[in-house]
Amino acid sequence: MKVLVPVKRVLDYNLKVRVKPDGSGVDLSNLKMSINPFCEIAIEEAVRMKEGGGGHAKDSATEVVAVSIGPDQAQETLRNALAIGADRGILVKADGEVEPLAVAKILKAVIEAEKPDLVILGKQAIDDDNNATAQMLAALLNWPQATFASKIVLAGSKATVTREVDGGLQTLDVDLPAIISTDLRLNEPRYASLPNIMKAKKKPIDAKTPADYGVDITPRLKVTKTAEPGKRQAGIKVKTTAELVGKLKEAGVI
Amino acid sequence: MAVLVIAEHDNASVKDATNKVVTAAKAMGGDVDVLVAGSNAGGAAAAAAKIDGVRKVLHADGATLAKQMAEPLEALIVPLAANYDAILFPASTTGKNAAPRVAAKLDVMQVSGVIGVEGPDTFVRPIYAGNAIITVQDSQPKKVLVVQPTAFKAAGNGGSASVEMTAAPAGPFKSAFVSEEMAKSDRPELTAAKRIVSGGRALGSSEEFHKVLEPLADKLGAAVGASRAAVDAGYAPNDYQVGQTGKVVAPELYVAIGISGAIQHLAGMKDSKVIVAINKDEDAPIFQVADYGLVADYKTAVPELMEELTKAGV
Repeated sequence: MKVLVPVKRVLDYNLKVRVKPDGSGVDLSNLKMSINPFCEIAIEEAVRMKEGGGGHAKDSATEVVAVSIGPDQAQETLRNALAIGADRGILVKADGEVEPLAVAKILKAVIEAEKPDLVILGKQAIDDDNNATAQMLAALLNWPQATFASKIVLAGSKATVTREVDGGLQTLDVDLPAIISTDLRLNEPRYASLPNIMKAKKKPIDAKTPADYGVDITPRLKVTKTAEPGKRQAGIKVKTTAELVGKLKEAGVI
Repeated sequence: MAVLVIAEHDNASVKDATNKVVTAAKAMGGDVDVLVAGSNAGGAAAAAAKIDGVRKVLHADGATLAKQMAEPLEALIVPLAANYDAILFPASTTGKNAAPRVAAKLDVMQVSGVIGVEGPDTFVRPIYAGNAIITVQDSQPKKVLVVQPTAFKAAGNGGSASVEMTAAPAGPFKSAFVSEEMAKSDRPELTAAKRIVSGGRALGSSEEFHKVLEPLADKLGAAVGASRAAVDAGYAPNDYQVGQTGKVVAPELYVAIGISGAIQHLAGMKDSKVIVAINKDEDAPIFQVADYGLVADYKTAVPELMEELTKAGV
């Protein structure tokens, strides 16, 4: 089984977000960029399907292909995926903002060329927080989807996926090929070892452009302003629980 | 302009989130219809018809819609979209699951996580876990929005719209429901609760988490929440998680116990009306957003608080 995993390059999870003073966007200059954490979970799951791990039989996946759509530097994101254990990469070079709809269209074309049996994506990117690409891709391909996955069990031509939903867990069967998006608890991605990082440098990465796939990536939405969130004023420190209860009574919340 | 709101419901009744998304729809101007897609969902359709400002309720009923899965919802909503300029989904797991599927089929880029409607085509939404807020102009002829219900006031229930039946999709579909495991609780649901008691990693164990928080929650009639750190440590199930990667809540009272206040947690609760923080670390960032902070060990503070609440007649 061939598994395709799209990965996105985003501002590193640990860094503070700074809004540009002129409100024109978020300042990303000279800041560390990393693989989107949900995408890292997706790669880890695919690699476990190959290696045998996380409840998957060895060789459940025979090949893991990582795809990234972004600037030249997204190659580093792909190398990161290759170091975790993906076999090869495809970089679709695009500068600037590419919206989920355009990403889904490019991925659809990549999938038509690569013919994977399963596509695993992160449920959302931690920069634009859209939570849309996986579902859009499933729609464009007319494939079934299982989003927000916390457990995947492969069984022949189906996958049984447990999903994190409001109020609990939902399990469904999807016919393969299918789209799965990852939630946080699906797995804990490994730290890539130095030998694997070295090995990843030799793995092949194909370079493509959106035009190769005939996709127009012009954004549909126009961001007219980027602002700092409203700051909440710190309140007061109370000394005792009695004082606290008094304040809550005054505020009318108990 | 005509707007279709996809109802959040459990077949028997509509959730408060539906009333809130109706408010967002009304702010766009024009007529507002509500779609109730379910199985034996007559109760929910009748409830939706009472929401103030709703022109008409569309009710699709059938076995394929019993679990409101993405594929049948797409099959149902995409043809209905011809009659509407905008389709609004609540930012529940059901809404987030289905909306992009509908949008892609309509060749529309959706606007996710809408927290403000400034006009028929101008919307406000957070990015970077709420660390930046963007204003988005959407000039597409058809719009698909996923609306954060907590950001809007609930529309009232004094209306009397008509209910019109519409056919449920027949299938077959390539995904099938197998089972679900819903947390059974007499406490209110986290996203709808007026009061929330939430715990962090300082609680130290699953046993302690439940032992400390549940009596206080029950005393206050509150839902129980958790920080991501507490969930990752296994003290609380994931559906308790409040924050960027969990649920966004805005109750009247949010009591944070042993939560340091990581940005990703604050993103999920900072719109609460009154925030109380109990933490023994006086430098914890949670105190920067708390209305009332108590620097104390939860081990002594929570039992004391229970006593004081009893004395105060709560």
